[in-house]
Amino acid sequence: MTTENIQSATQHSFWNDTGKTGISSWIFSTDHKRIGLLYFYSTFGFFLVGVLLGLLIRIELMAPGRTIMGAQTYNALFTVHGVVMIFLFIIPGFQGSFGNLVMPIQIGARDVSFPRLNLFSWWIYMIGAVIVLASLFTGGGPPDTGWTFYVPFSARTGTNVSLAVLGVFVIGFSSILTGLNFVTTIHRLRAEGMTWWRLPLFTWSLYATAWIQILATPILAITLVLVAAERMLGTGLFDPSRGGDPVMYQHLFWIYSHPAVYIMILPAMGVISDIVPVFSRKPIFGYKMIAFSSLAIAAAGSLVWGHHMYTSGMSDTAVLVFSFLTFIVAIPSAIKVFNWVTTLYKGSISLEAPMLFGLSFILLFSIGGLSGLILGAAATDVHVHDTHFVVGHFHYVMFGGTGFAFFAAMHYWLPKFYGRRYAEKPAVVSWALMFTGFNVLYFTMQVLGMQGMPRRYYDYLPEFATLNLVATAGSWILAAGLVIMLVNLFRGLWWGAPFEGNPWGGATLEWSIPTPPPTENFIVEPVVTHGPYDFKGSGIP
Amino acid sequence: MSHAAHKDYAGAKLGMWLFLFTELLLFGGMFLLYAVYLKRYPEEFAAGGQQLNWIMGGANTVILLTSSLFAAMAVTAIQREERKRAVGLICGTILCAAGFMVIKYFEWSAKIGHGIYPGSEHLKAGPPGESVFFSLYYMTTGIHGLHVLIGGALLGWIATRVKAGAVHAGDFVLLENGALYWHLVDLIWIFIFPLYYLVL
Repeated sequence: MTTENIQSATQHSFWNDTGKTGISSWIFSTDHKRIGLLYFYSTFGFFLVGVLLGLLIRIELMAPGRTIMGAQTYNALFTVHGVVMIFLFIIPGFQGSFGNLVMPIQIGARDVSFPRLNLFSWWIYMIGAVIVLASLFTGGGPPDTGWTFYVPFSARTGTNVSLAVLGVFVIGFSSILTGLNFVTTIHRLRAEGMTWWRLPLFTWSLYATAWIQILATPILAITLVLVAAERMLGTGLFDPSRGGDPVMYQHLFWIYSHPAVYIMILPAMGVISDIVPVFSRKPIFGYKMIAFSSLAIAAAGSLVWGHHMYTSGMSDTAVLVFSFLTFIVAIPSAIKVFNWVTTLYKGSISLEAPMLFGLSFILLFSIGGLSGLILGAAATDVHVHDTHFVVGHFHYVMFGGTGFAFFAAMHYWLPKFYGRRYAEKPAVVSWALMFTGFNVLYFTMQVLGMQGMPRRYYDYLPEFATLNLVATAGSWILAAGLVIMLVNLFRGLWWGAPFEGNPWGGATLEWSIPTPPPTENFIVEPVVTHGPYDFKGSGIP
Repeated sequence: MSHAAHKDYAGAKLGMWLFLFTELLLFGGMFLLYAVYLKRYPEEFAAGGQQLNWIMGGANTVILLTSSLFAAMAVTAIQREERKRAVGLICGTILCAAGFMVIKYFEWSAKIGHGIYPGSEHLKAGPPGESVFFSLYYMTTGIHGLHVLIGGALLGWIATRVKAGAVHAGDFVLLENGALYWHLVDLIWIFIFPLYYLVL
């Protein structure tokens, strides 16, 4: 295909559909694809900010004592790293970018149910993000409480916690609105023949995620309002000297923030469920069980928040119950892992970049999940609570899990929307570097935690020095891989070779439409006659 | 987009109901704190409840129930294409909202006049349970009052849309959703009123 032809195909795509040009054709567009890309670039931009902060933390911890910054700066740094990564990247990231880009097409719809509300969500997200950023440079300086804003410290510290929680509160609105938009869309706008059991598993996972966003986020909202009231009005609801109870803050906070972990991981599992069958040339094994396990994770995951609080002074009964429920969540998670692995069995596996990232998701998520069980069991948790073991654990799940799935989705879907592709070899090299660096960094952290190194400490004993140096070296390998991946991916998307048709051989609807997709997605309204992984039925060799 | 002609009423209402869930859960957080602290400080809560004026609270309950009735009647009116009556009824709801806020103002200022407000010296000197009770009272009724204001403003805007003819018997989902939101504001008060004014 010549460049001319690409351009003529591009002319009918969503890239040049509006009379408007420049930035206003993006920031005022109600097209789900444009909003998806807005979300992608804004959330991913914040991801890179978070990465930089993380690298700085690792440099500080490279050797005992002061390396490059003072203790207060360090406190602010790990707080902002957490706030940016969690509230500005990983929670809005998947739903906002790939959810918006792909989900309406996967169900055969022209757009989401409420396109204007969708754009509004992005605006609220940006406003919240700006408020969070403003909190870094105004008032008493960047918050230093950790991303959890635990009282009583968050009620007393002189840093700018009030503005930061306001920003997170505002972003919560955006999350709720996206959630209700997606639930409504999936209920109402499925194309003819797109039954519930023909929904692609990515859409299923978004559906489960959207419910958590709707049901859990309001609790975070009220919790943050109460913290702000504590600071500004002196309500004393969490202040023991005034009759309040700080543990109640922790309950309320984790009632949201634990389910939020599943907001972060479920869409990632959905991506893997879409990628594994395509690159194994085999229908997914246990489709219904994977769909069901998404809902089961969403439901059971809402009942386990107490496992963050084993050492906070809950009753032993509560600890037992929460520990038991935590182990229950492992079942649907394991169902997914077993089904992915079974899909691979006797498949004709092609190890292209999306699949490599996808497979590493399965491995890294499994390590993260199993280390989670160590933390979920009360007896072992007491020993490793608030150590680097916890930091290693959740980075395995959040970065090794969601992060790698996000990279997989970037390599799998972005070429579809750009009509151009990246080079395969550098993508594989970058994957290998990141995978290596990741494990050097975070597995070392888990070992450090087992040896007793606490998290969030500025300084440490000399016996932890070697492993900390190893972990920091890992972070550089990881960062090098990330840079190569980004350069290769974006150079490909903007100037690379044409990408057309259905090169991966996917059977979901997004692969049946022109590349890049036209504004209305479908030239004729689709009638769905086969399942999302029925490769034979859709005539894919 | 060129496809605005197709409007999904069931979808619009589903979206609204989902939003109402989130509002219930928002207040749920405060009801949860109420439950825990009531168990911890039953006597102080009882003493605090005695100090609240149940006549004013009762009056506000009647006002909100009436306002909800007006909102429901406005929806029926628009279905019968009686636009003027619908606007009048919505204005009735907004008047009730204003009345509610006026009574709330007198209630709060009386309490504040007695030195009872979050962080006040009076509460700091008293038993901790009392401080917790009144802080919760102010937060819960305050956030509810904010919802009354938002609901009133929302209905005011909808009234102008009805007047302009944008909302009519063939397309009244905006008014219906506005009324749903108002019923929620009412419903939450129906829980706040007995919990703070009656059962203690």
